[in-house]
Amino acid sequence: MNWNSAGEFFAMGGYGLYVWGAYGVTLVLMLAEPLLVRQRHAQARRAAASTQEES
Amino acid sequence: MQTRLRLFTFASPMRFYRLSGALIPWLWAACLLLSAAGLYIGFLVAPTDATQGDAYRIIFIHVPAAWMSMVLYLVMAGWAAVGWAFNARLASMTARAIAPTGALFTFLALWTGSFWGKPTWGTWWVWDARLTSELILLFLYLGYMALVSAIDDTRRADQAGALVAVVGAVNVPIIYFSVKWWNTLHQGATISATAAPKMAHTMLTAMLLMTLAFWAYAFAVVFMRTRAIVIEREQQTEWVGELVHAQGAR
Repeated sequence: MNWNSAGEFFAMGGYGLYVWGAYGVTLVLMLAEPLLVRQRHAQARRAAASTQEES
Repeated sequence: MQTRLRLFTFASPMRFYRLSGALIPWLWAACLLLSAAGLYIGFLVAPTDATQGDAYRIIFIHVPAAWMSMVLYLVMAGWAAVGWAFNARLASMTARAIAPTGALFTFLALWTGSFWGKPTWGTWWVWDARLTSELILLFLYLGYMALVSAIDDTRRADQAGALVAVVGAVNVPIIYFSVKWWNTLHQGATISATAAPKMAHTMLTAMLLMTLAFWAYAFAVVFMRTRAIVIEREQQTEWVGELVHAQGAR
């Protein structure tokens, strides 16, 4: 085990800003992308539904 | 009559839509399990590095993101070329679906690299061969996306995009070998097929688990985007009509 406390874990041996800055942005973007894609899929289905009704 | 499974069975957008829909939940599950294991080993088992302290832990996302950025580009260019050469609709759709995810991983490779460079090199950015060629990769992805979305005629957009993607592929080996060809600040390859890895076993395990997690992520999100594109392009077809009718517009 590398860490004796949560504080030590978040401090990352003094590199907290860099480690969490890298991981934080990665996490946010990798959560946002699938959500945006899901929105696009739902939108495409709605558009298809209205196109099909017209015809 | 019996339906036979042929080479191009899954090249049909309809069949792809159904098959990938069944695969996506499993891919997400794999992504979650692999990243949980990778982060557990990376943060709780792998020791602090003797020279870099804990800043080195950025490697567990930096290297997988950089690998994915290059692999996805080649896969994108490959599908774009297949779509162009054989007029295979699904291949062109897949190429378009890969681009944003490839751009995302390229951005993350640059971002995490920057956050690693600051504490270890003392700078966020240098115009070094590795960093510059990776930045060019980002511009190639963005250029491809801008080009295909700027041309209204879908087929012509796919063809123009394929040309850019294939020509741009020359940049990938430049990125990969940049650390050998030029004197760069960026370190050389940690992993190679011919030599023993230059890192502790636990660190290597964490990095490989994160790489597999990113692979699962890439497959899942690219499948999802391809499905959206399939619906967008095939919205007039009967099967899409049945699909949206059966499950509601949501």
